Amino acid sequence: MSQNVEQINDHVRLFHQPEYQELFARKREFENCHSPEEVARVAEWTKSWDYREKNFAREALTVNPAKACQPLGAIFAASGFEGTLPFVHGSQGCVAYFRTHLTRHFKEPFSAVSSSMTEDAAVFGGLKNMIEGLANCYALYKPKMIALCTTCMAEVIGDDLGAFITTSKNEGSVPQDFPVPYAHTPSFVGSHITGYDNMLKGILLELQGPRTEGNGKLNFIPGFDTYVTNNRELDRILNLMDIPHTILADNSDSFDSPNEGEYVMYNGKTTLAEAADAVNARATIALQAYSTEKTRAFIEQEWQQPTHVCRPFGIRGTDAFLMKLSELTGKPIPRQLEIERGRAVDAMTDSQAWLHGKRFAIYGDPDLVIALLSFTLEMGMEPVHIVVTNSNEGFEQEAKALLDSYPNGKEATIWGGRDLWHLRSLLFTEPVDLLIGNSYGKFLWRDTKTPLVRIGYPIFDRHHLHRYTTLGYQGAINLLNWIVNTVLDELDRQTNITGKTDISFDLIR
Amino acid sequence: MTDQIRQIAFYGKGGIGKSTTSQNAIAGMAEQGQRVMIVGCDPKADSTRLMLHSKAQTTVLHLAAELGAVEDVQLEQVLLTGYRGVRCVESGGPEPGVGCAGRGIITAINFLEENGAYEDLDFVSYDVLGDVVCGGFAMPIREGKAQEIYIVVSGEMMAMYAANNIARGVLKYAHSGGVRLGGLICNSRKTDRELELIESLAKRLNTQLLHFIPRDNIVQHAELRRMTVIEYAPDSQQAEEYRILARKIIENKNLTVPTPISMDELEELLVEYGILGGEQEYQKAIAQDQGKELVNV
Repeated sequence: MSQNVEQINDHVRLFHQPEYQELFARKREFENCHSPEEVARVAEWTKSWDYREKNFAREALTVNPAKACQPLGAIFAASGFEGTLPFVHGSQGCVAYFRTHLTRHFKEPFSAVSSSMTEDAAVFGGLKNMIEGLANCYALYKPKMIALCTTCMAEVIGDDLGAFITTSKNEGSVPQDFPVPYAHTPSFVGSHITGYDNMLKGILLELQGPRTEGNGKLNFIPGFDTYVTNNRELDRILNLMDIPHTILADNSDSFDSPNEGEYVMYNGKTTLAEAADAVNARATIALQAYSTEKTRAFIEQEWQQPTHVCRPFGIRGTDAFLMKLSELTGKPIPRQLEIERGRAVDAMTDSQAWLHGKRFAIYGDPDLVIALLSFTLEMGMEPVHIVVTNSNEGFEQEAKALLDSYPNGKEATIWGGRDLWHLRSLLFTEPVDLLIGNSYGKFLWRDTKTPLVRIGYPIFDRHHLHRYTTLGYQGAINLLNWIVNTVLDELDRQTNITGKTDISFDLIR
Repeated sequence: MTDQIRQIAFYGKGGIGKSTTSQNAIAGMAEQGQRVMIVGCDPKADSTRLMLHSKAQTTVLHLAAELGAVEDVQLEQVLLTGYRGVRCVESGGPEPGVGCAGRGIITAINFLEENGAYEDLDFVSYDVLGDVVCGGFAMPIREGKAQEIYIVVSGEMMAMYAANNIARGVLKYAHSGGVRLGGLICNSRKTDRELELIESLAKRLNTQLLHFIPRDNIVQHAELRRMTVIEYAPDSQQAEEYRILARKIIENKNLTVPTPISMDELEELLVEYGILGGEQEYQKAIAQDQGKELVNV
């Protein structure tokens, strides 16, 4: 036996036992594998310019796209509202995937249900599943709102959500006045940020209350932002400035609920009443542009309310954000925030020597990438490869303008619509000092040895990073911490061979 | 914005003359000063040829397949202006035997909505192939889309069967959305007692026979020249018929929730009008055939 109760081998050690090694060897033989020499030769070839050209000529295949699918974003948005149960009309497997994806990142339970469509529902339509599903959810989980989105299956057969919801209500699944907002979220279009946008728009449309003379508040839409403390930091800044506000879809507690011994199912912080009253705010500020396009258009057209996009990340971004707040409300920027700015600037100058001129690659969602580019350019770093799988024209123009405004942004190439396998070729043929992205970058780190700074979503293989804010001046310090210390860790690794490289193995950096 | 636009749809069995009838009616409507957009929802993309005098216009899906994604398609590439300013779009569809035509219709209509095609119009007209066979073909009768459905029919059994099926589709969505049946349009095949038969069917379906269009070869002559009769022979009697149809559509207030009938009822109706024989005639004919065979053996 390979296992002994007194000393259990964990996953890492277990498979190095002789019996497993023997098993793997036989498996290779059975599968008629290529020789290690041949495997090594091909692996070497994938590092070449020749392979890069073939890789970029790829038309019909995507390998490791840096994006997720629409319903993931939709249920992420839905979970920010009071008592809201995300309901995905479609197959169970899809919804299991969304739940685990969120759970693996946040290390939190996440509740979402599906209408369990199977083959017969695909043929006859999913109306029955919807009628029964809504009735069950309402009876079992007692939500205050059910936010509906779809998987590809329901979309391909063309289920009409609006009509289905009306029919379900007529059949008595839920009361007539029970809010059931919906969004069509086919994943063969757009990405999770599109789903976020569609769902948020659907919810605001469903909940919008009567127009009164105005509530004097500002609305804030965080967008698909997975740093749970960002909404809390935003709230703190707004309170410091004494600005009455509503954060639309504040899901910070949904993904970071306290463990007090009892499970609480609903932790969405935006109340339905606040969402209904959002129509009466003075303006809406979105902290992301490309995950809020339809929602902002809706607010402008239907609510006749001005909207702005401000990304409070890095020094410039936060400066612009605070000045916009000041301009909109006439309130001064408090001394406290000036001090915080000073601290962030101080920290940045401390580390500047280690980051200036560092060449890096980055990938992620368009808004995250813009925010990080803005900060890294401020630090004097040099972006080289920018991969955004769920790119769009507006983003590429905006990113280009940002890069052009810095002398250290001139070398960058924006690779819209490309995936992480493309990035692998880029890293081999045009190496950089640093890679910034989510956990999927670890495979690129393994192959190319480019040190990885984990920023983005999902981060499955490190704990608690999502608990730190990236927003505002304090967020800038956290970003700086992650980036500069990755550089310094790597430097230690490069200089730790005694008598060989340790001349630079310094105590003080 | 879309509230003021009247959205109508023409349904009917394939080959019934739906596209010809709808385009002629729309030409008549355009002549009477209406601003109309045609959205062809038929993979063979012939819903706009008489307006554009072309074989078949480039469809949304064809272009999407060429460019790689629907998002890359520009509205101007697929929205053309034809006879008397009528705007024309074709959804198109996949190659025969592959893909999903219904999904194609959904994709194309979503594209048009998102790109603001529905502006400065009095009418949007959808021309839909065949029965309501799946969710995609029901797209035009879904919530917020077409409010008035016109079924093109003739005195042939299968055409009436299709009409009844379409009425079922309309009924399904009538209570959740606001879709209503506007009437039947009979495109005459000169079958026996056609007018009475269709009038009777209309009554059973709780709707009206909006107009009976007589058969006239001039339609084929116009069609050969890729024109509507109204354009090709504006003074002809047939052109006048289409103008009457156009006027009736514009003035139509008689929108109803249909009452589709069962297959048995439909057969009874056909028996009543002598299209099908009754059970007695059937038994007689079978007995005759068997008698013949016995002699032969």
